Amino acid sequence: MIEVQKASKQFGELNALHEVDWSVQEGEWWGIIGPNGSGKSTLLRLLSGTEQASSGEVLIRGKAASSYERKQLSQMLAVLQQDGLPPVHYPVKDVLEMGRYPFQNWLGQELGNDPEDLIEGIMDKLDLRLLAKRPLDELSGGQRQRVALGQVMVQQPQILLLDEPTTYLDLRYQHQFMELVGNWRKESGITVIAVLHDLNLAAQFCDKLLVLQDGQVTGSGTPQEMLTAEHIRRVYGVEPVIVQHPVSGVPQVLISRHMEE
Amino acid sequence: MHKKLAGYGGIGIVLLAMTLVICLGIGSVAIPIRDIVMMILHHLPWIGDDVKPDWNPSYEQIIMKVRMPRLVLGMLVGTALAVAGSGFQGVLRNPLADPFTLGVSSGSAVGASALIFFGLQYSFIGSFTLPFVAFITGILTLWAVMALSLDRGKIPTNSLILSGVVMQSFLGAIVSFMTAMSNKTINEILYWTMGSLSLRGWSYTLILLPYLLIGLSLVWGQAKSLNVLSLGERQAAHLGMRVERVKFIILLVCTLLTAAAVSVAGIIGFVGLVIPHVIRLLTGPDYRLIVPLSAIGGAIFMVIADTLARTVLAPTEIPLGVVTAFVGAPFFAYLLHRSKKHGRGGSL
Repeated sequence: MIEVQKASKQFGELNALHEVDWSVQEGEWWGIIGPNGSGKSTLLRLLSGTEQASSGEVLIRGKAASSYERKQLSQMLAVLQQDGLPPVHYPVKDVLEMGRYPFQNWLGQELGNDPEDLIEGIMDKLDLRLLAKRPLDELSGGQRQRVALGQVMVQQPQILLLDEPTTYLDLRYQHQFMELVGNWRKESGITVIAVLHDLNLAAQFCDKLLVLQDGQVTGSGTPQEMLTAEHIRRVYGVEPVIVQHPVSGVPQVLISRHMEE
Repeated sequence: MHKKLAGYGGIGIVLLAMTLVICLGIGSVAIPIRDIVMMILHHLPWIGDDVKPDWNPSYEQIIMKVRMPRLVLGMLVGTALAVAGSGFQGVLRNPLADPFTLGVSSGSAVGASALIFFGLQYSFIGSFTLPFVAFITGILTLWAVMALSLDRGKIPTNSLILSGVVMQSFLGAIVSFMTAMSNKTINEILYWTMGSLSLRGWSYTLILLPYLLIGLSLVWGQAKSLNVLSLGERQAAHLGMRVERVKFIILLVCTLLTAAAVSVAGIIGFVGLVIPHVIRLLTGPDYRLIVPLSAIGGAIFMVIADTLARTVLAPTEIPLGVVTAFVGAPFFAYLLHRSKKHGRGGSL
């Protein structure tokens, strides 16, 4: 599905990414983790085609991401940004409908079937029906992020890129959001790649993790393999304790304070 | 959406027709509305022959030769500026943007002032010299502003606005200089820059019309892109938009519209800023409504403003730009106040 081969990205003097090798199979859910400034978002931008690699290759379905027509790429790949959607005055339903943009001609006419049923169905799934006519700028952060998820669902992609999607959400909405993505994946089999800060959330939802530090890959594999005390100490420079989640059994990371006598 | 457009559009067109008929009747010679309606019907194809002329023939001269061309030109200028304004606001995503933000009007003004200053306004191609030169200098200004803000193949919105403001003040200084140095008793440069629709026959209408038709349909066609663009440029790109291309097309089309309007009527402020906002406050943020309704709204507003300009102190004419600002600003303030009360926080 996605092949990253020796991809590097420089911003002036700064090496944001250095010779990243990575391969994603169809239907997998990957988490990209790593400290601030480790190149997570840059990697995501190479995948989404908004930035080009300085050297190396980013292939999506065997073709360089930058060689796709913008609309063609967006028919296949959707992105949910960290800050989601700005508080515009458009009603929720209009914003959802904008997800059809890649399937419309330059006059804004749908090229395929009428998307009305699709949009209605997604509003039901995400519990947005009651909000359909409310303008986006009157919704809470959690509701707005749900609309943002709805918009990418309307886009019907095969690949979903999430850039720290839960940053501004409280505990309940974080889990609700991840569960919604999980349900969607179960139904449609899409490939999900999520940049995440919360290691425990990543361990619970992702099949595999890619760990970045200073623009380089320090490891990739299952959460059990990646979230070891030694690895986290090395990458994040903190003193971790790894416990097993009592229900699911996935590793969870606790941080110890530097206790001084 | 289509129902809403048909509803508002219908109301708009009826309002426009009423404004037209009433404003045609107002003037030094008052002409009854019934006669005006019959005269217009008489000049329409197919049904025209069924209407027997029973009005004073001199009325027909006044309406068809004097008031009608001026009023139609006013409509077109108003429409052009309002549509351009909605396009600029959409692309620049800035509520203060208007057709003059990028300095197009100042560019046209420099061309026009230079011609007037050196007494060349009727050389080369007669009375069309001035509109032609003003149009060219307006377009050149956009090119300069874009070149100034171009950064690695992209035009960042913020530096575009800043370049526009810089260009505007620089060119404004040149115009002021020529205005001050001009030693004619009636300062033509000053009057040109304040805008007017007087003494312009049908030929000006014909110059403006093609720009307007093409410009309106292009901007209207891109209305959905403007909607998506309001989610931010990055989000628009993720949704499959070639952002730089869409921005460039709309900026270019709106500049052509502005330059065409300014070159025939001078600088008429406020229309392009206020009309799109008024429509937005009435109907919401959807550009599929804002663009066509601004076209109608701009026409109505301009016809009323021009009627006031030529009648309030008749036979002296008030510069049109003065009237639009004088009428438009308080009306806008009222709408802003109303939207605050409705709990939208005065958001535009």
